[in-house]
Amino acid sequence: MLGAIAVVTAVALAGCAPSTGSTTSTGPVTQAQIDKAMNTPTTLTFWSWVPNLQTEVNLFEKKYPKIQVKLVNTTGGSQHYPKLRAALKSGKGVPDVSQVEFQYIPSFVQTKSLLDLTPYGAADLKSDYVDWVWNQVAVNGAVWSMPQDSGPLGNLYRDDIYKKAGLDGAPKTWDDFATAAAAVKSKTGSYITDMPGNDMGQMLGLFWQAGAKPFSYDGKKTVSIDLNSSTDQSVVSYWQNLIDKDLVSTDPDFTDAYYQGLANNKYASWLVAAWGPVFLQGTVKNTSGLWRAGKIPQKSAGDDVSGNWGGSTDAVMSTTKNPIAAYELAKFINHDPESTLALANTQFLFPVTKSTLTDPKFVDQTPEFYGGQKVNEFFAGVSSTVDPKFEWPPFMDYVSSSYGDTLGKAIADHTDLKAALSAWQDKVVAYAKQQGFTVK
Amino acid sequence: MSVIEVRRRVRQLHGAETRAAWLLVIPFLVVFLAMFVAPLAYSAYLSLFSSQLVGGEIFTGLGNYARALQDPSFWGGLGRVALFLFIQVPIMLAAAIFFALAIDSRRVRGGRLVRLLVFIPYAVPSVVATLMWGYLYGTDFGLITQIFKAVGLTSPNLLSPGNVLGSTMNIVCWEFIGYNMIILYAALRSIPEELYEAAEIDGASQLRIAWSIKLPAIRQAILLTVIFSIIGSFQLFNEPNLLFNIAPNAIGTDFTPNLYAFNVAFKNQEINYAAAIAFLLGIVIMIVSFVVQRATNRTEDES
Repeated sequence: MLGAIAVVTAVALAGCAPSTGSTTSTGPVTQAQIDKAMNTPTTLTFWSWVPNLQTEVNLFEKKYPKIQVKLVNTTGGSQHYPKLRAALKSGKGVPDVSQVEFQYIPSFVQTKSLLDLTPYGAADLKSDYVDWVWNQVAVNGAVWSMPQDSGPLGNLYRDDIYKKAGLDGAPKTWDDFATAAAAVKSKTGSYITDMPGNDMGQMLGLFWQAGAKPFSYDGKKTVSIDLNSSTDQSVVSYWQNLIDKDLVSTDPDFTDAYYQGLANNKYASWLVAAWGPVFLQGTVKNTSGLWRAGKIPQKSAGDDVSGNWGGSTDAVMSTTKNPIAAYELAKFINHDPESTLALANTQFLFPVTKSTLTDPKFVDQTPEFYGGQKVNEFFAGVSSTVDPKFEWPPFMDYVSSSYGDTLGKAIADHTDLKAALSAWQDKVVAYAKQQGFTVK
Repeated sequence: MSVIEVRRRVRQLHGAETRAAWLLVIPFLVVFLAMFVAPLAYSAYLSLFSSQLVGGEIFTGLGNYARALQDPSFWGGLGRVALFLFIQVPIMLAAAIFFALAIDSRRVRGGRLVRLLVFIPYAVPSVVATLMWGYLYGTDFGLITQIFKAVGLTSPNLLSPGNVLGSTMNIVCWEFIGYNMIILYAALRSIPEELYEAAEIDGASQLRIAWSIKLPAIRQAILLTVIFSIIGSFQLFNEPNLLFNIAPNAIGTDFTPNLYAFNVAFKNQEINYAAAIAFLLGIVIMIVSFVVQRATNRTEDES
């Protein structure tokens, strides 16, 4: 019974008196107001799960000695969001600034938890950021957050295995990739790649690359859900074919077994985002020098489009008592050249400001792991090819958990992916209606 | 078993005594109400509402309960833990009884060491135990797979959707055999020695003593472990929740009712509905425990 009580109690606590944030709509903030705010002793609370973020926070505190930042490391998204929601519901302990990933911005806009940063001058920063990244934070005439990092998709491949299979670099088109998959399997015994059933982020990145627009949200109560579009269907059919022929594996990613698979030549490539290169270096040190970065396969030869997988922002919560200082913190961390370069080079967050993406200290690196290839420069190029329009629904948690029960499960079980895609669509639509949204 | 009637002289308490009695009881009552009754009552209250992301909270009465009773995820989870109960609990308790009897017979060399070794897994937190077993089960590079490979066999995928329930049963057995053994062993130790002496004079074998004296004598203790195990099975949460990280596709969000309630509350943000599921689960546990208790007491009365 104890367990049931624990769950009931946790539920009860989380359900405490809902409070809505006070959204103050004011005119543009003047420089005098900013100066005053930044010279008033203030303590800000900042939640993020970026490791060692204190380095960048120290830079901020050095510039604004009157402002003290209490940095809380929330260890990861799966802990961060429930904690943030619980704080928002109870109205207590809400941070001033919080990390929010691209795909979760509408979820918090819907609950009126984010402060529109336009009056504080955020709209003026548009041209400093990569266009498609800015579209992620600037929705329906407001700027909801300061972009921190992104994940344009590429293909990290094992040069040695590809060569053994008779391939010359990364396959250009998806058809080439399928042909290459057969060659890799028969000549080397490796799978060309892994299609995990637990990673919605990668699948949505592939949908994004294919030009799908599965979601839209008007910021109020109308959503559209189009997961079962012909574009998405063709993507899952493509993978169905490779899975059925046993040319790709379907192991869950980011597990111990997966890392061992990467280290032991089980997979010849990884269709991964721009944060992948550094991640690999830390995970499979024994394969140093054997990896290369290439473009993600295209629909037809001559195309050059990528998608995105992952990416984060720092948002100001609408409940903050110090909106100006909070905005300046979110802005400084993700806009100041020294801070953004540190994020890129020490935390390995793939940059989103145009200046860092062209900074020689970033792009001219030649990591030994990739045989001296300028991987950062390569992905900086990929970043400019990401499809500029991709929106998210205001209930990302459910989209994600239902993926595991439908399409993700079908991938893992090698069953009908198209049917599972349709089931996913139905589940999400049913949930949206249950939650009172108008589904277009 | 005969009921011994205790006749008590009922005497009216004096005013001062009443006050003193209340004074002594109040600290307990306050803690009990605040820590136990209040959260339950609040959850019961919450379960009568339905909250939407758009539109907020509305009173829906028993609507959440009606929805849960038609929810295939709830029933699926319940079915899974019922299967768990019928397979894992008998195995675990049979093993616990076996170990308890073996140690109690004092014919096992190093009985104390065995007792300690069997009990140690209970001292390992279930989080650590699950992670440890997760590594052993690992599909390509886990120890079990390696052993199978070493002797030239293909190993079963212990983390596949079809096998993961069995793998969970194994973890829970490993954790709780020692715990149940200790309860049963303690009960065995309290049996009067004279009974054994009498049995030995009558020429009863050790097996006969175990069957006809020991097991009937620890009947209540066995019942206790059965009830604990029933509750434990229905409450299954930690192990599947952690295995989810290792075998994400084998364990769905609704693998067990508790896990489902947790996911509904914190992933789907339907706290009211989760409260209703938690309550329904509590009711199911109470019913099953009650039925088992009644059934065993009845057979006891007949014998």
